[in-house]
Amino acid sequence: MLRNKKRVLHAIFLFLFVVGISFVFAAYQPANPQHNAHGKHNNQDTTESWEIEVLEEEYNAGKMIIEHIIDSHEWHLATIGHTHITIPLPVILIHDGKLHAFWSSKFQHGHSSYKGFRIETEGEYKGKIVKYPEYNYLDEEIIHVEKEAGKKKVELPVDLSITKNVAAIFISIIILCWIFISVAKRYRKRKGEAPKGLQSFVEPLIIFIRDDIAKAAIGEKKYERYLPFLLTLFFFIFLNNLLGLVPFFPGGANVTGNIAVTGILALFTFVIVTFSANKYYWKHIFNTPGVPIWLKLPIPIMPVVELMGIFTKPFVLMVRLFANITAGHIIILGFISLIFIFGNMQWGIGLGASLISVPFAIFMGLLELLVAFIQAYVFTLLSALYFGMAIEEHH
Amino acid sequence: MELVQPGIGLIFWMTLSFGVVIWILGKFAWKPIMKSLKEREDSIDEALHTADKAREEMNQLKVDNEALIAKAKEDRDAILREARKVKEKIIDKARLKANEEANRIVENAKNRIENEKMAAMTDLKNQIASLSIEIAEKILQHELSDDKKQKEFVQKLIDDVNLN
Repeated sequence: MLRNKKRVLHAIFLFLFVVGISFVFAAYQPANPQHNAHGKHNNQDTTESWEIEVLEEEYNAGKMIIEHIIDSHEWHLATIGHTHITIPLPVILIHDGKLHAFWSSKFQHGHSSYKGFRIETEGEYKGKIVKYPEYNYLDEEIIHVEKEAGKKKVELPVDLSITKNVAAIFISIIILCWIFISVAKRYRKRKGEAPKGLQSFVEPLIIFIRDDIAKAAIGEKKYERYLPFLLTLFFFIFLNNLLGLVPFFPGGANVTGNIAVTGILALFTFVIVTFSANKYYWKHIFNTPGVPIWLKLPIPIMPVVELMGIFTKPFVLMVRLFANITAGHIIILGFISLIFIFGNMQWGIGLGASLISVPFAIFMGLLELLVAFIQAYVFTLLSALYFGMAIEEHH
Repeated sequence: MELVQPGIGLIFWMTLSFGVVIWILGKFAWKPIMKSLKEREDSIDEALHTADKAREEMNQLKVDNEALIAKAKEDRDAILREARKVKEKIIDKARLKANEEANRIVENAKNRIENEKMAAMTDLKNQIASLSIEIAEKILQHELSDDKKQKEFVQKLIDDVNLN
């Protein structure tokens, strides 16, 4: 028993160590992506772009961190020397009623345009796929100067690309389905027996969500209707939080730290609350009981506040998860950046900084493991509480 | 700004895939898992219930057994008491009978002794009588050898009779 515990502890430390080291390697790549331009794809190099790259030669921690936590059209794995190793992802665009689908490798890591589309590198639409109609025929042209001169006429296609985050969502869904369908099979096979293996890992969580979240917040009678959603929600967030902490493929995508993802999760909660709300819920909003009449008439202060509450609840859900996960990533990446900031002064200082930064990053990693669970728990619990409020009977 | 601007593509794919995953897991994972969890809990509940019942029955049995043992003890005691009583009665009876017998024997002996004594007395009386007669004869013969003395004697006899 004790030996097993020790072994598990060792495994966790080893994992965290690997995580920490990997962060170091992962962080190293954006330091010199520009080199690539005069490597393989130098056909579009012009003096201007060369100058820009020289300017950006210096390590930019903020840029590196942002690049790590935002979505991207390709899945960057590593940079060895001047070569990027990336997984190209499908780009799907709808523009002028036409569907364009191609691999993101056509963009040459953002250095080239394809069919007139290119990934904007700066300005308002930075990181988005844009089209400059007047340069349709001149793919190789560098638009920078004209744009600066105010001649830009940018068009934004509807971008339904399978981006890094979308791919990560797909991967996590495959993992989720694989885990839980195999566990379900286990349950069917080992009817009435004690759980075993993966089953015994997820069973306490499932029972925890059922008994301590769903039953406690929604009530014994109706909790079963909401349980599939709550379970899916919890495990989706939990898994993606964990995968977000793994710095290499298939982890590394900042799925639950993306506002669109958390927004959709909150939207699901909002839609379910709105559609399952009973008359007491609506009465509570439009004619709040136990409140003096002058708060309702002639100026409906309370109804307005309550009505706003309907929307602030999911909004807060969205922001909380997004902010927590993103902040955790930023802090870890910040610690790692310190190494390179100091390393750029002199490699010895960087080495010294790493002695402090890596333990801090590992500590943050541990904290993030906790946060990964807590945020999944909080999101699920609050969703369950909102469901409970929506279906609460008059008492 | 990029950080807080949700992309339309991600919104689209997220909605689609999360909806699909809820459906898939709801149908193929949560339903069977919840069902078997419930079944197992029910069976555990039932087992506990049965165990409780068995324990209760055991207790009942124990109580019954104790009652039985107590009763058996009581019975034994009663039998012993009875036996003791019977024993005492028998002894008493025997003693009584023995006494009676002894008494009877003693009585018999007494009777016999009495009889023997009576016989001996009678014998003695007879002998004494004959001796007395003999003595009297001899005395009389000696006394009455003189007339005067005869007369005195007769007179004395007559006096005696008168006194009576």
